[in-house]
Amino acid sequence: MSNTRIIVVTSGKGGVGKTTTSASFASGLALRGHKTAVVDFDVGLRNLDLIMGCERRVVYDFVNVINNEATLNQALIKDKHSEHLFVLPASQTRDKDALKEEGVERVLNELRDMGFQYVVCDSPAGIEHGAVMALTFADEAIIVTNPEVSSVRDSDRILGILQAKSRRAKEGREPVKEHLLLTRYSPKRVEEGEMLSHEDVRELLRIPLLGVIPESEAVLHASNQGQPAIHMEGQPVAEAYKDVVMRFLGEEVPLRFIAAEKRGLLQRLFGGK
Amino acid sequence: MSLFRALFRSKTPSATVAKDRLQLLIARERSGGAPSDWLPRLQQDLLEVIGRYVPVTPGAVKVEMERGENLDVLEINIVLPEQARKAG
Repeated sequence: MSNTRIIVVTSGKGGVGKTTTSASFASGLALRGHKTAVVDFDVGLRNLDLIMGCERRVVYDFVNVINNEATLNQALIKDKHSEHLFVLPASQTRDKDALKEEGVERVLNELRDMGFQYVVCDSPAGIEHGAVMALTFADEAIIVTNPEVSSVRDSDRILGILQAKSRRAKEGREPVKEHLLLTRYSPKRVEEGEMLSHEDVRELLRIPLLGVIPESEAVLHASNQGQPAIHMEGQPVAEAYKDVVMRFLGEEVPLRFIAAEKRGLLQRLFGGK
Repeated sequence: MSLFRALFRSKTPSATVAKDRLQLLIARERSGGAPSDWLPRLQQDLLEVIGRYVPVTPGAVKVEMERGENLDVLEINIVLPEQARKAG
């Protein structure tokens, strides 16, 4: 029962791939047979439901449960791909202060009592109340970062907040386990010296690398269809997310999709894709 | 990379510039709070300490900070009132 691990997916900066990652990571854990809940903390701007493709099935939300207007069972939506995965949508109409700390704690404890092995908390962007609530109860944190200056800086900021405001930090327990996840990575641009490499970002932020997700057109196709990217069979982005899940579960998996494709002489001379 | 870009590329790859800038910035941000947080407190503390020895008005202590590429300058200006000068 106390084996539940709470994982926050956070970044500080918006648009770097938090929701894409939350959806795929939670789906990946469920694919491996783990009972998983993915919770949208972005109150007022919910989007996890769209990315998970369950937007039409939302009746009750996280805030309803906090306010005792619905039970957790009523609000949880069963994923269409896996019987082990459940989605708890955010409220679309309230403001972010509706996430009261005691309420969030109670809901997370209820998920624990229901036997969930993993609870993935999809954080809103920024460093305000909603983002702090998403990381407060975390055991582990996935810091989603793009290889780009503003994203790296914001990731460093959110790491500082994690180390100051999480329950684990405040109670002096073992610190939140931090993982770096680089997304929208372009090996070609890294090789040309136009983009920070995964080694660069790891060195700057000084936290262990969980994985590198390549920039991919498949992510837009996936969100268009309400399918987490991890389900895009055969696509590098899906494979990379599966590797991330395996590494998270303790398996040794070498990094993939970090080298640029070899190109012919003519392509090299005249450029183009 | 195309021939055109290979010929006209600047010496330092922009990713290297990005890394150097981030290294400095992150080190700076990790070491204590931003000056915008502590400068007003410093000003208040100075005013209080000086006030113990000479009567000063609230606007008598001016604190300014200038940040350069390689050097930060903290400038503190204290204006003593006429009477204090005569008395001292």
